[in-house]
Amino acid sequence: MGGMAAPQVAPVETPDTDEVPVADRQWVTIVWDDPVNLMTYVTWVFQKLFGYSREKAEKLMLDVHHKGRAVVSSGARERMEHDASQLHAYGLWATVDRS
Amino acid sequence: MSMFRRQGGRYVATFAVDEVRVLRKVASEVVGLLTDGFDHTDPVVGRLFPDAYPDDPAGTAEFRRYTEGDLKTAKIDQAGAVLAALPDSAGGEVRLDAEAAEAWLRALNDARLAMGVRLEIKDGTDLGEELDDAVAEDPTSSRVFQLSVYAYLGYLQESLLNALID
Repeated sequence: MGGMAAPQVAPVETPDTDEVPVADRQWVTIVWDDPVNLMTYVTWVFQKLFGYSREKAEKLMLDVHHKGRAVVSSGARERMEHDASQLHAYGLWATVDRS
Repeated sequence: MSMFRRQGGRYVATFAVDEVRVLRKVASEVVGLLTDGFDHTDPVVGRLFPDAYPDDPAGTAEFRRYTEGDLKTAKIDQAGAVLAALPDSAGGEVRLDAEAAEAWLRALNDARLAMGVRLEIKDGTDLGEELDDAVAEDPTSSRVFQLSVYAYLGYLQESLLNALID
C-alpha cells in the first residue's frame, strides 16, 4: 500500500462479534495488499462498503498492509461475490475463498 | 499543484491548464483501455479486474460472466465523471457534489492502478528516489513524466479524500 499520510494508529484488538449464523459462514472475501492503494483510501472503502467503524476499518487496513491480506467479510458465496465485485469497483484487490 | 477543499456541500479545486490536460489524458486512457483495447492478458486489465478465484479459472470465468459488464460500465462512468467535470480547455474551477466526488476518487484510483502497473511500482518503491533516478538518466524521458503524473494523482486523490472525510 502506498504510505502517503499513513494514519499513525496502533493496531486495536477487537473481538469478532459479527452475528453471522455458522451455516452461512462458508465463504470469505479477502483483500490483498497492493503497492498503489493509499492506506487512508482503503480504510475509507471498508467503512463505506461494509459500514464498519473507523476502528474496525483501520484494523483491517493494517492487517492487509502488514500481513499481506485480510478477511473483510464472510457469509454465503453469492454475498461474497457481490462484496468482491464492489471492492473491484473501488480498485481493491479482492478474492473469494472458502473459509 | 491544486488540491480539493470542502466548500459548503461541494468539493472544490482550481486547476491550471496543464493539470486539466493531464487529468483529461489519464481519464481518457482509462476509458480507452476499457473499450477499444479491452484485453484480459494486459496486466493493467488484470489489476482492474482481478481474478475472484486465483486457483479456480472456471470459478473466475463464471464470476466474470455475472459481474464484468457492470464493473466495466461503472469504471467507464467514473472516468466519464472526471471528464464531464473538467473545464473545456483552459484551466478553471471544478465543483463536485458528494456523488461526483466519490466517482472522482474511484477514477483517480483506477488511473493510479493502471500507471502503477506500467511503472512497476512495488511495495517499497520510494517515488522521490525513482524520480531522481529517472531524471538523472534522462530528464525528458516519458518515465519522468509518468512518475510525476502518478505522484500528482496520488496527491490529488488524497486531498479529495481528506476533504470528504473531514
